[in-house]
Parts: sequence; structure tokens; C-alpha cells
Amino acid sequence: MSTKKEQLKKSRANWCLECGKCTAVRPISQANGTYSPRRLLAEGLFYGGEDLVSDSSLWSCLTCQLCSARCPADVKYSNYMRDVREDAYKLGIGGQPTHSGAMQAVWDIQASPTLLPNRTEWLEPDMKVQNKGDFVYFVGCLPFYEPLFGKDFDFSPLSIARDTVRILNRIGIEPVVMDTERCCGHDVYWLGQQDKFETLARLNIEQIKASGGKTVITACPECALALDHLYNKHIGPTGFQVKHIAEVVADNLDKLSFNGYQSEVTYQDPCRLGRFLGVYDQPRKVLEAIPGVTLREMQRIKAGAICCGTTNWTHCDATSKQIQKRRLTEARDTGADTMVTACPKCQIHFRCARCSPEGSTIDIKVTDFVNVVAQALGLSGADCRAGE
Amino acid sequence: MTTATVTPRGTPGKQAEKKPETKAGKKPGNQADKQAGKQAEKNAEPQFIPNIVVFACNWCSYAGADTAGVNRVQHSPNFRIIRTMCSGRVTPGFVLKALQLGADGVLVSGCHFGDCHYQFGNYRAVELFEKTKGLVRTLGLEEGRVRLEWVSAAEGSRWGEVINEFEGQIKALGPSPLNLHPKRSGQTA
Repeated sequence: MSTKKEQLKKSRANWCLECGKCTAVRPISQANGTYSPRRLLAEGLFYGGEDLVSDSSLWSCLTCQLCSARCPADVKYSNYMRDVREDAYKLGIGGQPTHSGAMQAVWDIQASPTLLPNRTEWLEPDMKVQNKGDFVYFVGCLPFYEPLFGKDFDFSPLSIARDTVRILNRIGIEPVVMDTERCCGHDVYWLGQQDKFETLARLNIEQIKASGGKTVITACPECALALDHLYNKHIGPTGFQVKHIAEVVADNLDKLSFNGYQSEVTYQDPCRLGRFLGVYDQPRKVLEAIPGVTLREMQRIKAGAICCGTTNWTHCDATSKQIQKRRLTEARDTGADTMVTACPKCQIHFRCARCSPEGSTIDIKVTDFVNVVAQALGLSGADCRAGE
Repeated sequence: MTTATVTPRGTPGKQAEKKPETKAGKKPGNQADKQAGKQAEKNAEPQFIPNIVVFACNWCSYAGADTAGVNRVQHSPNFRIIRTMCSGRVTPGFVLKALQLGADGVLVSGCHFGDCHYQFGNYRAVELFEKTKGLVRTLGLEEGRVRLEWVSAAEGSRWGEVINEFEGQIKALGPSPLNLHPKRSGQTA
């Protein structure tokens, strides 16, 4: 367990200027006025942090880093929350899992080294993949989202994976798709379950090294963050570089000829891809390069974008729904007909909000960046306009 | 019949050779030999007794299991029942958690269609079970480790049949790949 002194030093809490911006910008605080990251940190560090581990507000932090982006003193609230969660996990305390803990069980089962997952059933004959090569496509949780959410929210999460492989093939990359790939460990890391994170990370690094991959491409910002920053920081130098598909497409725009995609779109910055990895312009560059696409920006974008309202499959409540509805309304108010996001989780959460009685009145479609690009290239991807 | 009794006589030599060996090995009173015998028993592959978790709905299947008990229906005892108010409550998370914690098989049991206490709970159970099966397959576990069944409160004998059949199915599949950890394999002995 890290001591209070270490936590104070790591979080830079003593640099706080008490300006209150963190509370003002935080998505949760806007929907739930009683929530203040500054107060939680003060309670944890100065007035007996033992209570904080059993406080439910510990788990409602979205770790979206918006407060830190706005903080003039660069106080690391999200990282402090993560450290306290690690203490809580060691005491056997956890947050309230969503979807009855299905995804939690999926991570835990994947951490078993004796298991041989069966994750490449979705590959189709027209896709060119290899067993060994320089490029690895890290699929992430998409094969699990397909049975769990596909039917309920009327979309195919695996279409993101299929379209990613097709786009990579068009660019001229034949990626390695690993059958026994594990969960990237992003969510267990942010829930403070360090031991599980390290187990999953080691299993993945071993497999990527065995496949000879030098560049790992992923269509999920959370996987990109985990494979790139978290593995290097907590496990040691991994020896491969990590790129999100938006970066790969932006770098290879000259190799692609778009047929066109008639739509007015707005782009939702996923918190992991934007504030954590600094990828803001590449997806916008690609969307603007597609003939027929008009990009309309929302009020709060890039480093100021608000997130999709819930994270790590933990603690989804009325506040989360409020955040999602506000963001959807903001997207609709731009006049766009489609909200494009680069994160599969964002899509699931916004589609879930669209299923609620109030959310269904907000008339905007939600789709993934990869699906739009594949559609514009005329690749036989899933019709991202369907399912509304 | 006669030929059947004759054929063993055709190989008396082998039997004669074997018998003295086994007798010498199991000499009564010989402490060292006894210990060696025990060691051999320990080293031998222990019989696989599956851990089965059953989610039974309160209104039909749980009562069906009770009927099986009252009617003294002979069936395998290697299962543990978790009572839920409805089979429609058993989400993929419950089943996966059971598998993660060491179950070799998970059975979800509810009312027959049309008999549900809550009208449509078992239709919901079917939807949820489809999700569960998809997750189990992607995780690399066999789909046969999970099963959905309907048993009414009056079907005590059917309960016994379902349990025996499912146990046979799990025995054929062997221990769960998540149970191959040395700490856990001891439990099967």
C-alpha cells in the first residue's frame, strides 16, 4: 500500500490553487452538483483516507482526465483515485460492476494462463492476415461485445474489427491477428487491480513478441493506452510501438481513394485517445478528406471534450445517463446527422443512452470512425447507417 | 456360453505369472509395502468428480429438485443449487463468475414456456443464455459446459435425469481448463 506521503507527492495535491476548475468542468459534477474531486482528494489525504476507500464516489470518477487538463497546477486527480482504488482492492472493496459483472468475469477468466481463447472466428475469407509479421492488429474486447451488446443496441461491434482488417489490407498491411490474445488490462488497471493487470500484460507482451510484431495497431483507444503507456511504465520496455487505426489511416491517406460518404458528421474525442494519447487531429484530417463528409464541431472538443459517462464497466447510474444525453444533445445541436467516435465503448454507451425513453428523442446516429472510413472506401463493411 | 468359459483357460500362464507378484506386493503386515501402496494410490489419476453449479428458479426448478428429493429419485449428488427468483435473472455475469471460481459446468433451469411465474421471465432467460454461450465460446471454453433446461415443480424424475445427463456431459468434457491450476486440481480427488 502506498503511503499518504507518496500519494501526496504523486498527485501533486499540495500544488492545488483552490480555483475549483476541476469541479466546474468535471462531467460528473455537472450532472451531480455534490461531487467535487478537490474535496475527495482533501478528504483522502488530510482527513483520514480510510473512509474514502469505502466511499461510493471513489468509483464514480471517470478517470477521463478532464479535470487535470483544466487544472492550472497539474494536479493528478485521476491517478490519485486509481491509487486509492488499489488500496481498496487490497482490502477487498470494489465498485458496483455494470452488466452484472460479465466483463469483470471475462477479464478474470482471461488472466488464467491455462486458457486458450478462441478469438478469431470473425475473420472472413477475403481478409488477408498472417501468423507472423511486423504489424499486429490487437482486437481487444470486440469479440466479447458482439454477443453481449450487439443485439441489444442493434449494431455489430465485430464490424469494427472486420473493417479495420479490410482498411489495413487496402493500405497494404497484412496484420497478424492473434487467436490467443488476452484482454489488454486497461480496465483492471484503472480499477486498481495491479496483480491482474500485470498478469494480462505479461501474457500479451509474450505473444506479441512471439509473433514478431514491431508495430501494434488497435481500433480501441483504451488498448492503445494500455499497450503503449501502461505496459512500458509498469512492465518495462516492450520493444514495439503502438498506433491507433486513426493515426495509421491519416499517415496513409495518399494510398487510399475514397468513393465518398454523404453525411454531416461530428466527431467525439474519446478521452483515452485525446487527452491521454494526444491524437486529436488525425481522425479529423481523415474525415475531412472523405468527399461528401462535412465535419461540424461540437462546442466542447479536443482537450475539453466530455467523455461518454461511464468507464471500466463500473458504476453506471443516472449521472452517467445524464452526461450521455447532454453530449448527444450537444452533438445534435451542431446540425450533424451522425456522431462519429473512435472508441467502441463510447459507441456502446451512447447507443445505450439512445435506447432510454428520454434519449430516444435525441435524433442522432452513432457510429465508429472505422466503419465510416470503410464505407467511404467502398469496402463491404457493415452498413453503419443501419440499426437506427 | 461354453466358448466364453473356455477362452480364459487358454491363457492360464499369464494369470499365474501375475498372481504371485500382486500377492507379494500386498503382504499383510508389511509397513513399507503398505505405504508404497498408498503412494501408488495417490499417484494414480484421481477420479474426476465435476463441480456443477445449478441456478434454479424459485417457482419451478427449485421445487422440482425438492420433488426429486421427496420422491427419492436417485441422482448424482455433485451439484450445488443456487436459487434465483427467476431464470431470467441469471445473467452472463453469474454464469461466467461460477466458471471463473472453479465450476466445471453450469446449468440454468427454469419453468417451461407458458408456466413462468412472471409471464416472460424464461423468454428473457433464453436471450441471456444466448449471450452467455457466445461469451463462453469466445473465451475458449466448450459450449457444453453451460446448459439451459426447463423443469417444472412436478417433474422430480426429470430433474434427476437432467442432472445425471449433464454430469455425464461434463465428465466427458473433463475438468475445466481454468481448473488445471495445481492448487485446484486437488479438490477433484
